[in-house]
Amino acid sequence: MGFVLLAVVVVVALWVVTAYNKLIALKNQVANGWKQIDVQLKRRHDLIPNLVNAVKGAMDFEKSTLEAVISARNKAVSATGVAQVAKAEGELTQALGRLFALSENYPQLKATSNIQQLQEELVSTENKVGFARQLYNDVATSYNTAQQQFPTNLVAGLAKATPAELWEIEDAAERAVPNVDLKMN
Amino acid sequence: MADPPQNLFEQQESNRRRSFWLVTGFVLFFAWVGFGGDIAWYLMSADAPAAPGARPDRHTIPFIGIIATLVAGGICWYSWKKGPERVLWATGAREIQTPADDAERRLLNVVEEMAIASGLPRPRVYLVPDPDPNAFATGLEPGRAAIAVTQGLLASLNREELQGVVAHELAHIRNLDTRLMTLLAAMVGAIALMSDGMGRMVRSGVGFGGGGGGGGGRRVRGGGKGGNPLAIVVLVLWIITLILAPLISRFLAMAVSRKREFLADATGAQFTRNPMALASALEKLDAAGDPTRAITRGAAHLCIVDPTASRLSAAEGKVGDIFSSHPPIRMRIARLKGMAYQAAKRL
Repeated sequence: MGFVLLAVVVVVALWVVTAYNKLIALKNQVANGWKQIDVQLKRRHDLIPNLVNAVKGAMDFEKSTLEAVISARNKAVSATGVAQVAKAEGELTQALGRLFALSENYPQLKATSNIQQLQEELVSTENKVGFARQLYNDVATSYNTAQQQFPTNLVAGLAKATPAELWEIEDAAERAVPNVDLKMN
Repeated sequence: MADPPQNLFEQQESNRRRSFWLVTGFVLFFAWVGFGGDIAWYLMSADAPAAPGARPDRHTIPFIGIIATLVAGGICWYSWKKGPERVLWATGAREIQTPADDAERRLLNVVEEMAIASGLPRPRVYLVPDPDPNAFATGLEPGRAAIAVTQGLLASLNREELQGVVAHELAHIRNLDTRLMTLLAAMVGAIALMSDGMGRMVRSGVGFGGGGGGGGGRRVRGGGKGGNPLAIVVLVLWIITLILAPLISRFLAMAVSRKREFLADATGAQFTRNPMALASALEKLDAAGDPTRAITRGAAHLCIVDPTASRLSAAEGKVGDIFSSHPPIRMRIARLKGMAYQAAKRL
């Protein structure tokens, strides 16, 4: 009888360890996913001043658009927390979208290969932000599901697991057009 | 969320297991070829009279078997260490480290984007000098894998299609398909080479059945006409394996590859969330019907579309199933379009 009890205790203990480790692994994946986004956002913020400088000469009278990009960028740099960052970055994406749409009116911009390179870099960075966000949301969702599902939720407190915030896309227009299309052909 | 982690782990586990059995089977096969030859030779020479004054002509030390097994072990070790490099070298690919033009920069960016989407480290990127569009991935560990695309691919696909193709290749890397397929490529090559070599040795030796003869062209005298019946059986079996081995190894490579293409298409679409891009890329690759000359037959199963451009790849049904390294491209496109339709319905 005591033997059976011991076996049950051992099985339960083993399960607790496995479930705990699974939650911790997911938690770290979420943190890592967020770090990946951060890296790409930083790159994006670094590229924008270059872009603005490059187009400034040709688009001098579109000052308000350029200023909107710069101010959106500065707001995005200082944002913290998932929700705030998501909002600021969404606004920055929109401001950039307007800038690129306007730049279509300046054929001389297309001729400069420096600007083409910058645009390729920005498209790529936008995509990287998008894919990093996608990965982050996927991992965060499985983390949240794991800590809410029975019976893993029993050890969620032990692993100090709290629901991870998803990166929501707030703007309906951005939802419809996930990537800024900069194809110059 | 379309996230099949269990599926992924099962897939990786299955590929690990298959890689292990592939290596084991390969070594066993070489051992059989070697020791089988030894047995046949021994039985042939068993009744050879010891020439007076000279050492007996009996074949007692199975050196063919020992050498063959050692060679097989060496080949496995070498494929493990250098397989990916050799595959890339065979296609004449060169690594892109610093992009030379806009197209190469775009390729590097796309690979980096998909590496982020898949959560894998960025693989090395190679360019194959061939005008036909094709791509493949190789590498034994996801951490040190490589993706190679042809110049034709870079020239003919737009950004999104390129993304689809790169995502497909990264899916192979993540599922550990590349490990199995790279080992297979190395071993298919080795078996073809060995079969040729042994065949030449057998032909250059004097006819085994009548009076016996030796590997390596060494003559063994004596023996009655017809020889030992057991020896004949072993010999016939031995020769049959030699003839069939290259065929079987190639069919194996094809079968392994066919199944994995659909899965890689699906996983790749999960990375890009854009199945239509890969579908349209496949349509372009299909339309470019020329064979990819830079990619040899032995590495055909590594590619995204069959580089031999054989008609059979388009055939459906049993025959097409056995003789092609890839599922019919029309079927792959149809499945991708189905995925896109499902995704659109959910919105």
